[in-house]
Amino acid sequence: MKQLIQKLVESIGPSGYETTVRNLVHAEVEKFANDVSVDALGNLIVRKGQKADDGLRIMLAAHMDEIGLIVTHIDENGFGRVTTIGGVGTRTCLGGRVRFVNGVQGVIGGERLDSIDKVHSVEQLFIDVGATGRADCPIKVGDVAAFERPFMDLGDRLVAKSMDDRISVAVLIETLRQIKTTPHELVFVFTTQEEVGTRGAEAAAYVVDPDLGISVDVTLVGDTPKGVRMEVSLGKGPAIKVRDGGMLADPRLVRLMVEAAEKAGLPYQMEVLEGGTTDARAMQITRAGVPAGCVSIPCRYVHSPSEMVDYNDVQNSVKLLVELLSKPIKLG
Amino acid sequence: MIELSPFLKQLLSLPGLSGHEAPVRAVIAEAWQPLVDELSTSKIGSLHGLRRGTGPEPRQRILLSAHMDAIGLMATSVVEGLVHFTQVGGIDPRILPGQPVTVHGRKDLPGVVAQPADRLLPAAQQGKPVSMEHLLVDTGLTAQETAELVRPGDLISFAQPPVDLAGETLSGHTLDNRASVAAVTLCLEELKHSAPAWDVWAVASVQEETVLGGAITSPFDIRPNLAIAIDVTHAKGPGVSDYRGFPLGEGPTLGWGPNVHPPAYKALKDLADRLDIPTSIEPMPRHSGTDAIGIQVVAEGIPTLVIGIPLRYMHTPVETVSLKDISRTAHLMAEFIARLEPDFMDKIRWDE
Amino acid sequence: MNNITEAYPVAPVIGAEQIALLEKLSNACAVSGDEGEVRAIVSEQLKDVADEYKIDGLGNVLVTRKAHQGDARALKVAVAAHMDEVGFMLVDGEDSLYCFELIGGIDLRQLPGKSVLVGKNHTPGVIGARAIHLTTSEERRNTIPLDALRIDLGLGGKAKIGDRATFATRFQQVGPSLVGKALDNRLGVATLIELVKHAPPNIELCAIFSTQEEVGARGAGVAAYYFDPDIAIAVDSTPAYDLPMWDNSENTQYNTHLEHGPAIYIADSSTISDPRLVRHLAQTGDTLNLPYQFRQPGGGGTDASGMQRRRGGIASLSISVPHRYPHTPIQIARLSDWQATTSLLYQALLRLPQDILTRPLDE
Repeated sequence: MKQLIQKLVESIGPSGYETTVRNLVHAEVEKFANDVSVDALGNLIVRKGQKADDGLRIMLAAHMDEIGLIVTHIDENGFGRVTTIGGVGTRTCLGGRVRFVNGVQGVIGGERLDSIDKVHSVEQLFIDVGATGRADCPIKVGDVAAFERPFMDLGDRLVAKSMDDRISVAVLIETLRQIKTTPHELVFVFTTQEEVGTRGAEAAAYVVDPDLGISVDVTLVGDTPKGVRMEVSLGKGPAIKVRDGGMLADPRLVRLMVEAAEKAGLPYQMEVLEGGTTDARAMQITRAGVPAGCVSIPCRYVHSPSEMVDYNDVQNSVKLLVELLSKPIKLG
Repeated sequence: MIELSPFLKQLLSLPGLSGHEAPVRAVIAEAWQPLVDELSTSKIGSLHGLRRGTGPEPRQRILLSAHMDAIGLMATSVVEGLVHFTQVGGIDPRILPGQPVTVHGRKDLPGVVAQPADRLLPAAQQGKPVSMEHLLVDTGLTAQETAELVRPGDLISFAQPPVDLAGETLSGHTLDNRASVAAVTLCLEELKHSAPAWDVWAVASVQEETVLGGAITSPFDIRPNLAIAIDVTHAKGPGVSDYRGFPLGEGPTLGWGPNVHPPAYKALKDLADRLDIPTSIEPMPRHSGTDAIGIQVVAEGIPTLVIGIPLRYMHTPVETVSLKDISRTAHLMAEFIARLEPDFMDKIRWDE
Repeated sequence: MNNITEAYPVAPVIGAEQIALLEKLSNACAVSGDEGEVRAIVSEQLKDVADEYKIDGLGNVLVTRKAHQGDARALKVAVAAHMDEVGFMLVDGEDSLYCFELIGGIDLRQLPGKSVLVGKNHTPGVIGARAIHLTTSEERRNTIPLDALRIDLGLGGKAKIGDRATFATRFQQVGPSLVGKALDNRLGVATLIELVKHAPPNIELCAIFSTQEEVGARGAGVAAYYFDPDIAIAVDSTPAYDLPMWDNSENTQYNTHLEHGPAIYIADSSTISDPRLVRHLAQTGDTLNLPYQFRQPGGGGTDASGMQRRRGGIASLSISVPHRYPHTPIQIARLSDWQATTSLLYQALLRLPQDILTRPLDE
């Protein structure tokens, strides 16, 4: 699975421009799916299984897009001014390397600030692609870039940019591969534009019209020095989301996830996240409502170019999903 | 016959935080059972009660939405027997220290919100209102017992019992929005004595305090022709003296602004005036802060109205309402619904 | 390319008649939620031209022009222009002095010393400011807060709580410029009216004269659900911050420039345009030598944000006429930019490939 993860995290696919990732995922899932389609917003919709009498139509979502930067202006010296795509912290930018969707590479620089204590605003940053003026600049207004960092395998711990949310994409691909039988109609949706407001999921959920929705995304942890206070740690198992900044998971689904984890002898953690949200929010409020929840992969340094996850958590997330989705689900 | 005060007090005694409304839903369902033809629950937990109308098919439908979810707290971690928490819905941390609460762990546990002594807090906090991050709930149990019985994600609700105050006012937590649920219930009861032409969908909605989940989803299948969101609004009182507050006990407010359908507002206002039910116009320049925000833009759009029940000290455990305002709201809605003609929506015009 | 048969379509032209209509639109008072005056103008202009016409539960005017011979394969294209402007609501007051709230994003610094029009009768009023003689230099360092401002109707003047108010600016044409209030988005409304009158016969045009854009693109959202189109386009007016920098350094945050033609949106803060639509519009401009510019990505929002995520997702794009001084009493746009916007939009729709949505999102 590490090879798949590496391919995914090293792809460039900021919100709205997910084609490379979509093609990659398509190639990986084709032989395991009953049906694969792409909708108007670029969501990749992969269907597997038939709904039995005691089955449900379950939508699973992991987003293909990552945060990035979009060019707003090329100045007279060939530097590219930018704005953010999704929640990019400018603190993580200086000296960073980017790659554009069109392949061009560059470096992020910043204006000189009057005090070393200040943080750059995005308007005070720029991308240097090595051009000397507008004429020889290989990028233009509207071009998009993502951070570029190679995948790092530290054994149990894996590090890359866009673990959010390519690690979940990998988890869903692996889940799709491993599920042998299921009473459910499973609809794996690899969504677009989550980082700018769960937009892809909103549209996909409407069309899929599921009985149940489960997103897979990363969540923060509280196990780094003087970090946020949070009861989720790397290596202690997949996190079952109780709530986040945009959604309260259906308590019946939370209970079922806990039961599934305990039944399969898997470690798990309860997640209460105070900021941020996932595609589950969009699924929950679609049409007449959908019971929704989320399996989270604990992750350090989220939205930085070096996000870190625990490989065992990743594998246990797959196991949890396989366990949950292979059996009937009684919400009660 | 439903007695307002006991019924309301019963509603207030039940937990039902945003996203976890089952306990209060059960009691509302019991009260609505004899008043409607059909009861059902939405996929995310809103309660729907249908009272069929007498008009010819296809019948017009009116939806009454009163959110049943409450604000409260949620445990984030347990450290040395003390429970750290975050909010569910908007809570001013300054009202928390010393509050009696119930921790809904593996079983319900009484507790108190503790403000650690200044000497235990960072310098910046000392002498200042303590942020939620540093407040704790103490259940009085040992560290081991607490760790066994409480875990992250467990809900914590206010435990302050309601108090009858002078002038037929009631004070308690979660009158936002159980007061409106009571108003809808009384309205349904009053409708038993009339034969409205329209179908009436009473909805006790979920998750208004957090994501408007109920407001966005319930109307999707119901597709009402008209909807009324009933919620509490600010009453004049200490610290509330400008136009955003309305007198307690002098009638409900009628919302006015982009979130409200102007001709429908006019019809409701005219009726209130004719029936001598005192109302005030509540200007809502941008949006109403109620279920109406979600309802109005469901599917092809739904004409909405907003009725407000004035309430002091919103989002504290001592919210205060006038019982008379609740009855008036119920009565106004029942009269409005009873008089709705099948072609009401055709007859009212956008620009007069 | 399409087969454009028989009745060869006549392109819309922005001339004296259209400018006169824009004047009526700009002078009309229609704040979010209270769009009646503009609705009346739209109705008068289009009721007899429309194949289908209706006003929905949020006050949107929904007008359909069917494709030539009711072609079933024709793409269904929704085009939205919002009728509302930013303004005020009177919330409290007595003795002819009224407190008010803002509707839409208005910079408080634009308010002191302005004329307004209040309510259906356009009752004149003013937003005053204390005489400089009675202020201190310390005080003048701070913006006058909203709760210190009042709308003054004059002795004995009366208005109703809940009445809306707008700036009182009257429209003028000055040289190459159009000058007035609410050019955002009466320019869009005027453009859409012309488009409906000269509907390209190869598409089914679903025109949405929307309400409540300034408070969250609410009208366009429900209208898009109703129409369930293949494509959604918002026609709006976007700021040009193209004045010189204070120190004459390079202006890198201009958003758009006046006189550079219609602004095509790549992405704003709420919508990432469908790249295929962006390419099609740009290619149309290149092929026909029509001017256009790209709006700087980021910031702002249009009706597209309400439409894009509806139903199963709708391929969306925004295109705007640039104007200076957004959300202020006096806005300035160039007639040439308006003409160019109308031309580009019309030609792009006329040449819209029927299979455009089957093409991959990327080149």
